[in-house]
Amino acid sequence: MIVAKRKPLNEIAEMLAPYKKVTVIGCRSCVAICLAGGEKEVKMLVSALKVKNKRDGRKQHIEGTVVERQCEKEWVQEIEAQILDSDVTLSMACSLGAQTIGDMYPKHLTFPGLNTGMFGVPEEQGVWSEKCVGCGNCIIHTTGGICPIARCAKSMLNGPCGGSANRKCEVNLEVDCAWAAIYDRLKLQNRLDLIESVTPAKDWSTSHSGGRRVFEREDAKLTPHQKKGKGVT
Amino acid sequence: MPDTRPKIVGFCCERHGMDAAVLAARSGKQFEASVRLVQVPCTGRVDGMHILRALEDGADAVFVLGCLEKNCYYDTGSIEGRKRVGYVKQMLSELGLEKERVEMFNAASSNSWVFPEIVAKMVEVVKKFGPIGGEKR
Repeated sequence: MIVAKRKPLNEIAEMLAPYKKVTVIGCRSCVAICLAGGEKEVKMLVSALKVKNKRDGRKQHIEGTVVERQCEKEWVQEIEAQILDSDVTLSMACSLGAQTIGDMYPKHLTFPGLNTGMFGVPEEQGVWSEKCVGCGNCIIHTTGGICPIARCAKSMLNGPCGGSANRKCEVNLEVDCAWAAIYDRLKLQNRLDLIESVTPAKDWSTSHSGGRRVFEREDAKLTPHQKKGKGVT
Repeated sequence: MPDTRPKIVGFCCERHGMDAAVLAARSGKQFEASVRLVQVPCTGRVDGMHILRALEDGADAVFVLGCLEKNCYYDTGSIEGRKRVGYVKQMLSELGLEKERVEMFNAASSNSWVFPEIVAKMVEVVKKFGPIGGEKR
């Protein structure tokens, strides 16, 4: 899932200060799971900002709402009136949600309330860790199901670097060496021969290095006729 | 005549926290504050949202009173409560507000002296910083 973190509240308060009417919009998907922008976080933020405004004597109307998935136009459309009725929208979703609202209502101001961080998984309660960078060409079937691109600080493809010591990464001694983990996993799976196979230099054009990516699936796309709402042709 | 005393909200667990408050109240002690108590099953149930809502709705200070940490009826409830209070304190600090307005306390039900001390401490905080959004009372 996408893991994000709330921006510092002083930064948020500063962004919103010039505006009289603010709508804070959360998202019930990834950012709710990582406790950054779900219903509860929206309520807490709205309350905290109201307390701040009361303290500063600032007249500002703030209200909060939450949608199922802010990155999908259909869900955002349901609260269109609320968005357009405000001077500014603070998105408590990942950057995708904020940009969806921004693209749908380009004249309307939409600010980010979160810093979008990574593709991660919940390791334990309150801990999320990065496991994928979305490089566009997955190779984890050859690395025991562990991604060396995301989990190795140097994204090494053919074994550990010289800085790996005692199963730890030289970049951060708290972090396990991804290649030590890959070795263990392949050994467990009785596939250690894979560690000796050479992976050629990676083609990064499938990653962000190739520019903005757009995925399409022809069979799922609507025909121009369908887009006009005239049914299946 | 309006009540100009500091407005304090206390979330007390129904075990030791509330018992300590009731014990103090039975002693007939008068407080320098308007204290509203909210009984909760356990301080582990108190969420940052509840604390902030109390401040938003007019409280000048909020405290959470739970069992002693090594004697919590629900084992780790008062530890959870302390963590939530800590998070709200961090939020208040980020906004340039006084984090002292929110505190976590622990008591055993037989500690009759604890509750008056808590109220006195929170009254001091409000006297020092004034009410939220107003002149010092």
